[in-house]
Amino acid sequence: MSDDAVLVQADGLVKRFGDFEAVRGIDVKVRRGEAFGFLGPNGAGKSSTMRMIACTSPRTAGELRVLGMDPDRQGPRIRARLGVVPQQDNLDNELTVRQNLQVYGRYFGLSRAQVRDRATELLRFAQLTDRADDQVDPLSGGMKRRLTIARSLVNEPELLLLDEPTTGLDPQARHLLWDRLFRLKQSGVTLIVTTHYMDEAEQLCDRLVVMDGGRIVAEGSPAGLIAEHSSREVLELRFPIDQQQANVPLLHDLAERVEVLPDRLLIYTDDGESVLAQASRRGVRPTSSLVRRSTLEDVFLRLTGRTLVD
Amino acid sequence: MTTHGLVLRIVPVGSYAGRARAVVERSALVNRRNWLLVVSGVVEPLFYLFALGIGFGGIIGNLTAPDGHPISYAAYVAPGLLAASAMNGAVHDSTFNVFMKLKYARVYDAMLATPLGPMDVALGEISWSLLRGGIYAAGFLAVMGALGLITSPWALLALPAALLVAFGFASVGMAAATLLRSWQDFDLILLVVMPMFLFSTTFFPITVYPAAIRVAVECLPLYHGIELMRQLTSGAVGWSALGHVAYFAAMVAVGGWFATRRLGKLLLT
Repeated sequence: MSDDAVLVQADGLVKRFGDFEAVRGIDVKVRRGEAFGFLGPNGAGKSSTMRMIACTSPRTAGELRVLGMDPDRQGPRIRARLGVVPQQDNLDNELTVRQNLQVYGRYFGLSRAQVRDRATELLRFAQLTDRADDQVDPLSGGMKRRLTIARSLVNEPELLLLDEPTTGLDPQARHLLWDRLFRLKQSGVTLIVTTHYMDEAEQLCDRLVVMDGGRIVAEGSPAGLIAEHSSREVLELRFPIDQQQANVPLLHDLAERVEVLPDRLLIYTDDGESVLAQASRRGVRPTSSLVRRSTLEDVFLRLTGRTLVD
Repeated sequence: MTTHGLVLRIVPVGSYAGRARAVVERSALVNRRNWLLVVSGVVEPLFYLFALGIGFGGIIGNLTAPDGHPISYAAYVAPGLLAASAMNGAVHDSTFNVFMKLKYARVYDAMLATPLGPMDVALGEISWSLLRGGIYAAGFLAVMGALGLITSPWALLALPAALLVAFGFASVGMAAATLLRSWQDFDLILLVVMPMFLFSTTFFPITVYPAAIRVAVECLPLYHGIELMRQLTSGAVGWSALGHVAYFAAMVAVGGWFATRRLGKLLLT
């Protein structure tokens, strides 16, 4: 019997589509009650991994246990205890908001009375009670997303899989969604989230892995990853076009590391203000400067040499 | 062993959760507001019956039932129309609707994230088109009865027979829907269904064809559906009816198996 506290365990997990290897042998362990994240740019293999965990995509190689069972052989039994929020909304446009929840509950074998009660509860949770009898199509992006999340909760899942939950939403809608997810976490639901937004990963995840090109390049808590792979602060300098490159040599010895991006320089240091002052004494004249703390974006840049959102 | 247990043993692991009913419920809910559409399915074959059977039949005179006894043209053409409408309804539901959900609505993706497997989806969708087909057939049979075109108690079996015919066409239609690439491909389906409707002895007996063409027509599924139906409504039932039933049982088995496999391949990548 495997460890009951481990909900997902992957060892050397591989997914190939023809010649293309989307996931190249990753090891992952997610424990009960955790909020776990896959952070990486588009094409890193996050969604492929999620679909394998959701038992809707058979693995090519490696070991995978979800809720202690084998997805290849016990798919329906595992899916009965999962909630899935896919990257692209797949709400049923031929049904109303409330019917979407009720019909979905019936797929899980809940009784008519059960789905009625659950739908009312979930509409409240998703703040959609006043839209209950509307069609789905005219809802805003944020509302559709909340409905999709509500739908994924209809079977009271132990493990909730969210693939890019806030992509394409405006800031207000994102914060509302994060608040709902935070409540779920508080109530003991285990979350697995994929995202290419570092702020989302920092907000939601206790622990995360950074993925790039189908591999895991780092693992840890958001704060731990930042401490390990980046400096405390970052000084961002912007220059007039063509003058950026000339300033790089003047800054090199002042900081731990200098990253050259197309539109700005990132100077990694524990004291941004003091580096800015020293640079200014050497005659560095940026058009704008900003001192901020390090984020997961910096970690990603450090580990892969690329930015997350391009 | 129960049939349920047997089915679970034969189909690929994880493709059937025994909950196809939930898929049927969804269709019923969606169509609750489309009653007019459902009713139109009953009316269409009736138009044919009145135009051809009553109108055209008046200048034709009598034909013969499968056992040789004379029957009116209306009584001859009615079972043909019944079988053909079972085919048309089933093919429309299983190709057009399934293709749309598969390609655009992503309804099936959502279903397969639940315990439902591809076989639940296939069975559920096929069952729904059968239910609809059953309503059409019952309406048509009632009109046949009222017009005095039913001359035998065997006709009671025409309703389950219509369902079997619809089941066969729905299974194969759904299998075909998983192979369609775009809306243009629907012309191909029309190209199969339309001539079958016209030439499978719906409107005239097979004896009008030369021997070679006769064999070709006898291979068509609709021919078997029409023959089965004509035997039942005219009371001229023979052992060959079992052969016709077997033809459709085979369509159900092969079509259903293929559709389940293709759905799994398309959706569970």
